Amino acid sequence: MTAFIIKRLILALFVGIAVSILSFGLVRMTGDVATAIAGEGARDEDIALVRETYGLDRPVIVQYFSWLGGLLKGDLGQSYFFKTDVAGLVFDKIQVTLTLGILSLLFALAISIPLGVVAALKPNSWIDRLALAIAVAGQALPNFFFALLLVMLFSITLRWLPASGTGSWKNYVMPTIALGYYVAPAFMRLIRAGMIETLSSDFIRTARAKGVSRPNVVIRHGLRNALVPVVALAVVQLGYLLGGSVVIETVFALDGLGYLAYQSITHKDLPVMQVVVLILSVLYVLLTLCADVLNAYLDPRLRASM
Amino acid sequence: MKHRLGVALLSAALLFGAAPAVTPALADKASNTIRFAYDQVPENIDPFFNNMRAGVIIAHHVWDTLVYRDPTTNEYKGQLAASWKQIDDKTIEFDLRRGVKFHDGTEFTADDVVFTLNFVSKPENKVTTQANVNWIDRAEKLDTYKVRLVTKETFPAAIEYLAGPVVIHPAKYYEKVGPRGMNEKPIGTGPFKVTSHVIGKSVVLERNADYFKDSPKPQPKVAKVDIRFIPDRQTQIAEVLSGGLDFIMNVPKDQAEQMANAPGFKTVAGETMRIAFLHFNSLPDGPVPAFRDVKVRQAINHAIDKDAIVKNLVGGGSRALTTPCFFSQFGCTDEGATKYPYDPAKARALLKEAGVSNLSFDFYVYRERSIAEALINYLQAAGIKANLRFMQYAAMRDQMRTNKAALGFQTWGSFSVNDVSASTPVYFGGSSDDISHDKEIQGLLKTGDSSVDPAVRKDAYKKALTLITERAYTVPLYSVPTYYVSSDALTFKAYPDELPRFWEMTWK
Repeated sequence: MTAFIIKRLILALFVGIAVSILSFGLVRMTGDVATAIAGEGARDEDIALVRETYGLDRPVIVQYFSWLGGLLKGDLGQSYFFKTDVAGLVFDKIQVTLTLGILSLLFALAISIPLGVVAALKPNSWIDRLALAIAVAGQALPNFFFALLLVMLFSITLRWLPASGTGSWKNYVMPTIALGYYVAPAFMRLIRAGMIETLSSDFIRTARAKGVSRPNVVIRHGLRNALVPVVALAVVQLGYLLGGSVVIETVFALDGLGYLAYQSITHKDLPVMQVVVLILSVLYVLLTLCADVLNAYLDPRLRASM
Repeated sequence: MKHRLGVALLSAALLFGAAPAVTPALADKASNTIRFAYDQVPENIDPFFNNMRAGVIIAHHVWDTLVYRDPTTNEYKGQLAASWKQIDDKTIEFDLRRGVKFHDGTEFTADDVVFTLNFVSKPENKVTTQANVNWIDRAEKLDTYKVRLVTKETFPAAIEYLAGPVVIHPAKYYEKVGPRGMNEKPIGTGPFKVTSHVIGKSVVLERNADYFKDSPKPQPKVAKVDIRFIPDRQTQIAEVLSGGLDFIMNVPKDQAEQMANAPGFKTVAGETMRIAFLHFNSLPDGPVPAFRDVKVRQAINHAIDKDAIVKNLVGGGSRALTTPCFFSQFGCTDEGATKYPYDPAKARALLKEAGVSNLSFDFYVYRERSIAEALINYLQAAGIKANLRFMQYAAMRDQMRTNKAALGFQTWGSFSVNDVSASTPVYFGGSSDDISHDKEIQGLLKTGDSSVDPAVRKDAYKKALTLITERAYTVPLYSVPTYYVSSDALTFKAYPDELPRFWEMTWK
């Protein structure tokens, strides 16, 4: 087990490095970074100044290693654009993104567990079809579009919720729904399938035969077993939610890491972009690791294979 | 895609569902606050350290300049300077206004002007847009309220720059905190003071109750301006519709038109100094040899119906151009310029005369895609095949400057400087954006840029513009409009420099 975790942590490190090299290279392929930073209308002298100031006149490989060197010393660098420490900038925003990610996950679970269970209890009934329709809609609707529909209803027509901003809890309601709805179908399908499988297994039949009440069978015996894979999926989906918040945070001008990622891409703010990509990819790898460990913990059968 | 869906959605909202529910956004009339959003964040709100429109807007509200240009008459008036005098080609002396105070209570004197100008003109201090300040040689204090400014070369547009990007900072404070501190806690003399700045998110301006009475900017009527940075246009519109914002600008035309029909809101189309034009690479080693022939370039000029483009596509607040400059800029004229009326038959005839058939090339574009597509159709009708290469500005600029692109769809905003020296010479004066390298034109533009005699300047620019159009190095297209959307109850006026003036806005 320990060896497995160490192996995965080393893998996380390599993924982080690979991702940072990729993002470093991709940004440079979209055109001259200095010209982009200097902006439209910048003259040669402005661009030259940007190039010199940020050391963009050095070979790409040197730039990369100097960034990596700083990172190893704990220096995340200075934002080209905001001219402040990247560490401070990222620290401020990551809390918003974590809050949004966790809220969305809870929202997704809150709608998918009951729907999945009900669908499994009455497979192929109208309620199962309804649950399926909700799932298909969730997967098919691009989340920014769904976000706009929410804005139309809750901000423009009803005027209950602010259309954008980070000021209060109200600002989190629509982003949570928009982001959570998108991942809910995966849970719903998994729970439905797991429940159907569990409910038809021998021990359930035995439990029923013993006269255990129906809700007790469904919840204590059925759901508990069907939830095992959900826990792992939830952890992985949290990684997706944190990374996937770029669009939603931008649409709602929610001042989190995703919004910062968007801003850094528009402004070619390499130091910020690098750090955001690195954080998100490492988080993703770590969450996947967590999911594997959790799985092993919850299901002893899996431990043998590690 | 996202944009189109958003438009469809908002149109639906306006036309069917939401419109009846929308009530006039009077929300902040009560608190006498204007809530404004902009899509781009200035990296530093110290005006010398950003090149964003939002930065320019904040600059003119929080700080003052030595000189003020009246946006209606284009006449220069004293602002922090009571008066000024051109001593010789390179020297101007300013008598400063007395009794002006910075937001922190310190008094404005010659020391502030001298420190600011000397600080920003030093290249090592790395002002973002060097052209705004690199013409300044030095500033000297003559007495507490008198300053001498010396320029490096003869620089006739000095007053225009001193009325635009060159704001005056409080010397002692700026010396202590530098641009970074100025960003965190800005202090100026302007009609509004910054009471809150959350980096990357919002700036709150409050009326400066002690604003000096003699300023050509009137005393503000609104108490507060709440500026938020919202990158997504749909979100901005949703905020306006839901009563969360009172004023937005740069709204895409289709959405602005929808908003014009919504009760409680208004749309204002304003012409801007930004000009759109096609730029030919006619260099001897350019990528498309045919463009070296003036007849081919003239043919393309004749092939495009810019009046129809303005009328049908660009819309209100725009006009067709004959010369590559904005009409109000000093020295800009279409007098004597060659006009190319829309005439596809003539375009074909000119191509035939030039011995060119099956002309095909890549057409580089970075914005106004729908208009670029219309241009391609016009060219197609004249038997010319232009292949759209749509890319980011930085990438297109690389292609243009490295002699790889033959035809670019350019736009240029002149930094809102009302002088031709800020527009035409950028593309025809011999810089790296000049892809015609016409020595005669370069010489004329140089004369215009470096004389302080207005008559000499006007004459030189006129001759240069005549030659540029005669030799058809460009297809001047139109002035780019911008659309403002606001609550019906807010009174404001749009100006070509794209600067909303919150100090003169009022609630009805």
